[in-house]
Amino acid sequence: MSANIFRHEWRARQRSVIVWSLAVAAVIFIFLSFFSGFADQAGLINEMMARFPPEMRAAFGLNDMDLTTVLGYYSFVFLFVQLCLAIQAGNYGFGLVSIEESELTADFLLSKPVSRGQVLTSKLLAALTALVVTGLVLSVSSLVSISLFRNGRDYDAQTLLLLLLSTVIFQLFFLGVGLLVSLLVRRVRSVTPYSLGLGFGAYILIAFSGLFGDVKLELITPFKHLDAARIVHQGAFDTPLVLINVAVTVVCVAVSYWLYIRRDIPAVS
Amino acid sequence: MSVIEVDRLTKYYGKSRGIVDVSFSEEEGEIFGFIGPNGAGKSTTIRLLLSLIHPSSGRARIFGKDVFAHGPEIRRDIGYLPSEVHYYEGMKVADLLKYSASFYDRDCTQRIRELSETMELEMNRRISDLSYGNKKKVGIVQGLLHSPKLLFLDEPTAGLDPLMQRRFFELIRRENARGVTVFFSSHILGEVQRLCNRVGIIREGSLVEVSDIRTLQQNNYKKVRVTADGLNAASFDLPGVTDVQTENGTVYFLFKGDINSVLQRMNGVRVADVTIEEPTLEEIFMHYYE
Repeated sequence: MSANIFRHEWRARQRSVIVWSLAVAAVIFIFLSFFSGFADQAGLINEMMARFPPEMRAAFGLNDMDLTTVLGYYSFVFLFVQLCLAIQAGNYGFGLVSIEESELTADFLLSKPVSRGQVLTSKLLAALTALVVTGLVLSVSSLVSISLFRNGRDYDAQTLLLLLLSTVIFQLFFLGVGLLVSLLVRRVRSVTPYSLGLGFGAYILIAFSGLFGDVKLELITPFKHLDAARIVHQGAFDTPLVLINVAVTVVCVAVSYWLYIRRDIPAVS
Repeated sequence: MSVIEVDRLTKYYGKSRGIVDVSFSEEEGEIFGFIGPNGAGKSTTIRLLLSLIHPSSGRARIFGKDVFAHGPEIRRDIGYLPSEVHYYEGMKVADLLKYSASFYDRDCTQRIRELSETMELEMNRRISDLSYGNKKKVGIVQGLLHSPKLLFLDEPTAGLDPLMQRRFFELIRRENARGVTVFFSSHILGEVQRLCNRVGIIREGSLVEVSDIRTLQQNNYKKVRVTADGLNAASFDLPGVTDVQTENGTVYFLFKGDINSVLQRMNGVRVADVTIEEPTLEEIFMHYYE
């Protein structure tokens, strides 16, 4: 790890971290401010939910949710936050080394006395720091919003902590997969289409999982691995699924190191 | 001591050729010219030596160490000025140079100041606001600021105005006088001629000649022009004669070998005019490409 690359990467990502953090914090704050309204009309809401077609309930992850409890409602909001976090992490993953190549600064960096491994480690740690900062802002915003709007209702703080911790594991998946894909394709011209595709793709897999019948496609998506409604319901992670998630991330990052160290940096053409 | 030793280095990009079986070496303190047209493999060779790309086969050593096994260590003492300069667009010149210096474990502040004064570089401008020539200056300062022992210059003068080119050449000569070894890639022969001790000529990925620049000019080829009645292209059908052309009764050709065999052909003929001169590097070069 090289401190100067880390610093450079962090600076380059600072603005993006601020924007994403504020966006996520705002989603939490605004949605939670409606909570007391929902909670007051508990019976009505749950009755209405029951009348939605099951496919639609599944699409919004509403099956296991009780919108009238603090964490039930929070887990509903959390799905949108997860989507944001997936796109943010995907952005960082896809762009981690590909931006240097598309903006042709890779020659500058890699002709310096640093190894490819050091470069990738520094970049990954800088991206991880960015994700953790976003996670911290999300946590603060969640705690503040809940305490402001919970309307005297109790919630299990430990489960909330579990949900907040899950964001780091969740984002690392998108960071790792994004990085690997960016090293497998010939050239990433623009990062956003890739990260939107990966983020929404993963979301759609769980949202419409019912439509695929018996094929357990949802097993490959982090939205399932770290399903907020389920975590709230059980008060715990689904260990095998979380292990699948972590394993995919680890494999992606390991293969990425292998590929990056052997990579031919494309010349200007 | 050889600073660069390249042994049968080969690089294919998939099926397309980069370089094939390139071997040469460069001694400490030399300025080695590497000439060839675009696409001949000049940049490929440099990128291999910097381990930006990996070889299909062959080996290369710099400072006696394998470039692919000891890249980071070797690059401590290498300066690189790429043919196309691209830097982080949002950064200021001073910040970029500071970032560049941060990779080396020595204080480069003084050097940065000297170099940017020499090259008249404005430190407070954003990279994205710089013209191509100014970016090139950033490249020059960036490549030299850590006082490297070996310099790779890949078509360094493109985009520099003549005044800056001259200053740049002075700078390179000064560095060379301090013992810096220079690997100078270019397709502009005039500048190679001015600066280099030895040249390698690369053509379609293969090194066709490595030679002392003097030797190349003096001993290898003579440019002969003869005007005489009774002499035509066929008169000079000799071993060593190439590029024979006839224009208005004057025969032009390049000759390599014992000049007496050419003189013998002119013996007994009434010669109106004859010149025998050293060809310019450009003509030698064109000769390799025909």
